[in-house]
Amino acid sequence: MRRQLPFVLVFLSGFFMIFQYFVPHQKSEFVYEFLLDWLTIIGGFAMALGIWSLIRVSYDRIKRQRENWGYSVITLTGLFLMMFFGITNWEDGSFGVYIYTAEGLSNSMFVHFFDFILIPIQATMFSLLAFFIASAAYRAFRARSVIASLLLLAALIVMMRFNPIFGAWIETVANWLMNVPNLAAQRAIVIGLGLGMVATALKIILGIERGYMGQG
Amino acid sequence: MTYLLRVLLTLALLTGTAVFAQGEPPAVDTTLVDTTTVAPPAPVTGLTGKDRDNDHGHAIELTWTPSVDDLENPSGARSVLRYRIMMWKPTEAYRVDTLRQMYDMVRSNYAPIRVYKPLVDSALILIDQGMVDVSALPFEVLLPEGINRTDAPAEMMKYVRKALQDTLAAMTAQVDISKDSVKVFRSNFLAAVESLPEAFNANGPSSGHGAWDSVGAEVPGATFFRHAGSKEEVSPDFLPDYADLYYRVDAATSDPAVYTASDVCGPVQASGQWYNSGRTVVLISVIIFTILTVVFVQQARRGKELYVRPLAGIEAVDDAIGRATEMGKPILYVLGLGAASDIATIASFTILSRVAKRVAEYQTQLIVPTYDPIVMTVAQEVVKSSYLDAGRPDDYNEDIVYFVTQSQFAYVAAVNGVMLRQLPATNVYMGKFYAESLILAETGALAGSIQIAGTDEIAQIPFFVVACDYTLIGEELYAASAYLGGEPVLLGSLKAQDYAKALFVVCAVAGFLTLILADATGAHWLAQFKQWFMVAD
Repeated sequence: MRRQLPFVLVFLSGFFMIFQYFVPHQKSEFVYEFLLDWLTIIGGFAMALGIWSLIRVSYDRIKRQRENWGYSVITLTGLFLMMFFGITNWEDGSFGVYIYTAEGLSNSMFVHFFDFILIPIQATMFSLLAFFIASAAYRAFRARSVIASLLLLAALIVMMRFNPIFGAWIETVANWLMNVPNLAAQRAIVIGLGLGMVATALKIILGIERGYMGQG
Repeated sequence: MTYLLRVLLTLALLTGTAVFAQGEPPAVDTTLVDTTTVAPPAPVTGLTGKDRDNDHGHAIELTWTPSVDDLENPSGARSVLRYRIMMWKPTEAYRVDTLRQMYDMVRSNYAPIRVYKPLVDSALILIDQGMVDVSALPFEVLLPEGINRTDAPAEMMKYVRKALQDTLAAMTAQVDISKDSVKVFRSNFLAAVESLPEAFNANGPSSGHGAWDSVGAEVPGATFFRHAGSKEEVSPDFLPDYADLYYRVDAATSDPAVYTASDVCGPVQASGQWYNSGRTVVLISVIIFTILTVVFVQQARRGKELYVRPLAGIEAVDDAIGRATEMGKPILYVLGLGAASDIATIASFTILSRVAKRVAEYQTQLIVPTYDPIVMTVAQEVVKSSYLDAGRPDDYNEDIVYFVTQSQFAYVAAVNGVMLRQLPATNVYMGKFYAESLILAETGALAGSIQIAGTDEIAQIPFFVVACDYTLIGEELYAASAYLGGEPVLLGSLKAQDYAKALFVVCAVAGFLTLILADATGAHWLAQFKQWFMVAD
């Protein structure tokens, strides 16, 4: 029973989702939206589990003084500091704790930590992409074979398409490369993806695929 | 004389500035707008309305023939600048609108009042107990000029007490804020909404009990309008189902007072459908595909040998786990940024299940940092069950799968840190990936790990192809679990996918041919073939 009940639930939920796709009636939409609300509620509880997992793993590293345990100290400090600043505010000279309302989010420390530490760090991580694209392109475009040489040529044309030095012909060729061979390959992948999604969904609904529940 | 010259010079400068600033003045089409008097335009004709097909209800579609004096019609007066869509609303509907506004106010005010009222109450108790320190109150009190904080604190507290009592009275004066009264208000409001269809049915335009209300506008030349109301009773755009609705279209001119109303169209009723006929082709495809899957799965169950093309990426998984075991280094498994409901993430769970089982058998270390807490919870169960299946439940610990963050680049930083510090022998990226795909894969390549990736995000596939040793492209990700498990039943579904793809190719080729032939021969019935495959929203 303990193993069968989840599959019965999956079958019923999956079958309802297929059903509601073909039934636009308000009653069907109501049940669909009701189930989506459940997802939001589950997400809220899962976040608590997630934070608990992060605290437990980090605390364990600090307690056992595992290699690089200092990073865990920084993680936990950041977590608790932002939590603290996010629910408190002492502007206008009075200190207050705000659990129900959003006053804490205007706490100047919370805003400064967010604007001047988190945002620049995230921007730094994102900017790494530019350098990684260059290094990846260098590896990809090495002309070791005829196919690789063709790839290099196509890439050069597409990269140069907005350069006015080469005139209008390069834009025409680049647009053809993007809109014909490239789009054809993408659509082939999309058709395969669509079928793969339906097949995976069917396997799950019919109980053929059980690996996602850890039952291979 | 000097004065005259100055004036002339100034005028010349102003004129020159205006000319240079504006360039060529735009030509005014005097035929478009009559600035004197506007004659009433010819009305819209042939106005018809019907329920919108294949929807949840609450929507009406109107069509009409534009006015002869439409701006877009060169042979008319061109005085119609827009069409105003009017709907007849009985008096009861206006009453419900007022109730709705009141209900919205009660709903939105209830939460802040609930929070602040206890604070005000507690402050009044403190003052009554003789407290004279205004800064000890649980909130800031603004004092007017003339009332000093330090001088005569008792006088000041008198003022504060009065201010608090006034605040409390203001909070409770307009609405009864008790929870029950909000419930009663809601039920009264909903009862009024439920009676709306009856009010619409009994009070048409001929009854005179009501007024025309504008529900939208269309540009000149338009012949169609969709009045898509809301299904939410609390929304101001709520449009009741099964109510007799009447519409007219006004041909409006530049003068708001000059317009011509069309004949009234109605009654029309909006209603929801129980089947979306625009999706029949999808239903047929799903049925065919389900039959194919069931047939091939049955064949596989009976022991028929099914050949499927080998995938290098999948075959490399076993080697990669073996390599990690030999090197004594961990395997990093990244589930991507998708939610647990994404098909790519579900496919990734099944692959994780197989990988975790092998890892448990080989007693290698597995690291699974996750981005989504629900994904973490599912992944923990998957890995735990795999260790159990492998007969090594004791080797499982909760720290194998852990949550990092829901911030995209913070997650990337954490995973990159794991790669560079713990130097995993193998990195597996399976699931949904976005901008972080290349940052992860390049860092893994720099760390010297064997990398296997798979995603259904088309834009990220090239990045993985470049930076990883093996890449599962698109649907191969979904098929991977079947390959890894090697179970005939799962391979049967792959076979069904192949046959469905063949069917798609046949349909696509037939589509090209029929469209080309329809163009070449003028046989437009051939072009109808395309219509069979059109899917409604």
